[in-house]
Amino acid sequence: MTYKYDNVYVENTSTVAGPYEAKGPLYKYFDKTFDELYNGEKSWELAEAKSLEDSISILLKKSKHKKTDIDCIISGDLMNQITSSCYSSQKFDFPFLGIYSACATSCEGIILGSTMIDSKKVNRVIAATSSHNMSSEKQFRNPTEYGAPKPKTATFTATGGASILLSNVKSDIKVESSTIGRIIDLGQTDPLHMGAVMAPAAADTISRHLKDLNRTPDYYDLILTGDLGTYGKEILIDYLKTEFNIDISANYNDCGTMLYDLDNQKEVLAGGSGPVCSALVNYGLIYNKLKKKEVKKVLLVTTGALFSPTMVYQHENILSIAHAVSLEVI
Amino acid sequence: MEKKQYKKIVDKHKPTETRAQNAFIAFVTGGLVGVIGQLMTEFYSSYFEISTKDASTFMLVTLIFVASLLTALGFFDKWVTFCKCGLIIPITGFAHSMTSAGIEYKKEGPIYGVGSNIFKLAGSVILYGVVSAWFFGLLRLIIMGG
Repeated sequence: MTYKYDNVYVENTSTVAGPYEAKGPLYKYFDKTFDELYNGEKSWELAEAKSLEDSISILLKKSKHKKTDIDCIISGDLMNQITSSCYSSQKFDFPFLGIYSACATSCEGIILGSTMIDSKKVNRVIAATSSHNMSSEKQFRNPTEYGAPKPKTATFTATGGASILLSNVKSDIKVESSTIGRIIDLGQTDPLHMGAVMAPAAADTISRHLKDLNRTPDYYDLILTGDLGTYGKEILIDYLKTEFNIDISANYNDCGTMLYDLDNQKEVLAGGSGPVCSALVNYGLIYNKLKKKEVKKVLLVTTGALFSPTMVYQHENILSIAHAVSLEVI
Repeated sequence: MEKKQYKKIVDKHKPTETRAQNAFIAFVTGGLVGVIGQLMTEFYSSYFEISTKDASTFMLVTLIFVASLLTALGFFDKWVTFCKCGLIIPITGFAHSMTSAGIEYKKEGPIYGVGSNIFKLAGSVILYGVVSAWFFGLLRLIIMGG
């Protein structure tokens, strides 16, 4: 399922990042950062919702739009019942669509929004996502104050909220095409090695995207996966080469390895993860590079592990998905 | 690709965990906790002039209190991450698991939060502790006659 779009443009983006991300190398690309994980709220869940709410407010302000100018918001996050998205969007009275595909959420939002705009039914859509290190730890793993040792392959859920405004009004950056991912299972069961879980999904989506559009990897200035981390990145390069005979190593990087300073921020282990990890990198650094025309064609491949602790305890495999969006400077 | 072939690729890129180093750190720090416990027992039994059995109960309560306090103060998790089983296996690990769960679910209230979740990690230890105590008690009765 690969679509090309004719009239979908990126109007603006906004990023709000937490304390660990603010200490990383991309700090200057964030619109707002907060120093304390509670973000001035009573709980982790509310702290996450607040970061997303801030991101949407900043997006409206930056693009000089009123609430009524937005036709719809498409938002998703990691929390059960996508609470962060609901509790933050509720403040704006936008028509709301909630989505879930774990850390692949941001591209799913862009794909849905772009398809709606391309159908000429709507003019302006916000795609948003958030995650919070502590709320994710609490929901998926152990209480946050519990110091369970983790292997080197584990990733670190990024904290923050990020949103992108898509519109049919021409701008410098175009949403050129997209590929909807398939659910992939290659027998991985380790929730502390999500890179290995998600790499096959990324490979499947990248290979189908290139085949459908009859392109080679060098068509793009940059191919970016979501949050595979140090080891997942190596696995993807190797797997794409052996299984699909595609070599992406020349212009490929992974957002999970870019968000933090991996040498000095040892607590992040193999790198960043969570839906906002790729969104912070893409809507911060990459959007900036596209605007400055430092890169002109970028393929964003957000990767999500459709991880359910219940199913893992029942000894089922962890499923994964990856969605791809191509952005081009015009 | 077959799942088996993919597993080979994953294994090829798997980092080696520093098991020997982890075991050494756990051995030293766990041993240190043991030494502190022993010193505490000696101190309590001589200072309060009580039996070693009573003094070791005092010692356990002290270790539980210290581990819980340090967890509440917010830095014990970093020690546990570093020392690993050196702090998890002694009673400090048990106290840490309960306190951390208690802190985490305070927001959901005393019943649905703390009450329902405080044994989230420690529940298994208690259940299987009781079961194995019963089992070994039975073995002792059969073999040694009580």
